[in-house]
Order: sequence, then structure tokens, then C-alpha cells
Amino acid sequence: MAKGVKPRVKVPKSAAAGETITIKTLISHKMESGQRKDSDGNPIPRSIINRFTADFNGQNVIDVTLEPAISTNPYFQFDSIVPESGEFTFTWYDDDGSVYTETKSISVS
Amino acid sequence: MELTRRQMLVTSTAALASVVGLPAFASATDDLIAELTGGASLGSGAITLDTPEIAENGNTVPVSVTAEGAKSVTLYADGNPVPNVATFNFGPLNPTRSAATRIRLAKTQNVVAVAQMEDGSWQMAKNEIKVTIGGCGG
Repeated sequence: MAKGVKPRVKVPKSAAAGETITIKTLISHKMESGQRKDSDGNPIPRSIINRFTADFNGQNVIDVTLEPAISTNPYFQFDSIVPESGEFTFTWYDDDGSVYTETKSISVS
Repeated sequence: MELTRRQMLVTSTAALASVVGLPAFASATDDLIAELTGGASLGSGAITLDTPEIAENGNTVPVSVTAEGAKSVTLYADGNPVPNVATFNFGPLNPTRSAATRIRLAKTQNVVAVAQMEDGSWQMAKNEIKVTIGGCGG
């Protein structure tokens, strides 16, 4: 597991039914591209997050495949419809097999 | 072996030919797009690719893409060592089909977005970004 990985997600606490909301996510991760070399000239092995998914009550909102060209601390902003109260699940998949998840609930009035 | 002037000319021409024979970065991106779309023709107009004109720091360049009616959007950067950037697959709950992220760019280059629409057709948008400090180490 890479060190210091911390997901952060911004979801509104409440919304009207069927409203489109904007979600912002960020996870601290160094996203080593595999292109860089250390001071001895040896290539530093690739270590990135290769997939990110967001679901609401089991329905998919977005599924992103990441390549090394995504910046350090990968940030995503996207929209979602909220038909009812429920929970967003965000999942990040690391190259080393670790999986990081974060959940946020939203109440719909 | 004695190296004559004639032999020298022959070997240097051969070396030059092998360098020219390598695919350029731009065509590597075109190949990847052709592989993705299966050679289908690319329309334009449905994708909005929002990028800065000049990026001071190539390590983190904000990019946002909106493609109403798209199933998935793939981003490429044609001047990077590996042109692939990301693929966004939109689920049923995503109404606007838009996403924003931050990418690395090694140098001044084009960023290309290719979208597959829900009817199976393909769309493309391309923007040039000028980069003052490259972002791929070195």
C-alpha cells in the first residue's frame, strides 16, 4: 500500500429529488508515472491508481480508467442525478492491488 | 575491416533510414484512435473540450470535457511518451456526460478527446495547449 493515501470527496448533504448535483473527488497519491529516473539513472517503477468508479445505490455514475498522464493527487469533477436518498460509493484501485473506498450519504427531500 | 569512405557513406545512410522509419508521436495517437474506433469516421461538434491556452506547469493541467449523449470519452495527449491519458465511461445516472480532471503534459502539444455516442457513432475534438514547463520528469 502506498503511503499517505487519503481520499476526499465533496457531495452536497441534501438535494431535491431528480436534481443534478456536482461531485468533486480527490485522492492524495503520488502517481509515479514510470517515466522518471532516480539520481543513479535507474527508472522508478510505475505506481499509479489505474481505475476510479463512483456509484449511487448500486447504479454506476462514472467509471474512469487512469493512465500515468493523470497528475499527482488525481482530481475528478462530474455530475450525477439523485433520484432518492441514498449513498454514494467511491472506489479507487491502486496498481499494487490496494482498493480505497469512501462513502457519502445524501438526503433527498 | 578497413573503413573506406564509401562504406562509411553506406552505413550512415542506412542508420538515417532506420531513424526516419520510426513512427512519429502524432501518428502513434492516430493509430490508437483508429484502434479504438475500428477505423470509423469521426464527426465533430458534439464534444466540448475545455483546456487552457497556455499551461505554465505541465505537471497539472486542468482539462474538462463535455459530450452530451456520449457513452464514453477517451483522452489522448499526442506529445507525451505514452499518449493515453484517461477513459471516462458514463453510467446511467450521469446526465451531463461531463468530467473534469488534471493531466500531465510533457511539452506543447494537442489534447484529443474521442467520444463514442450512444448510437455507436464517434466524435472527436482537439485542442492545442502550450506548455512552458514539461511534466513528465526526465
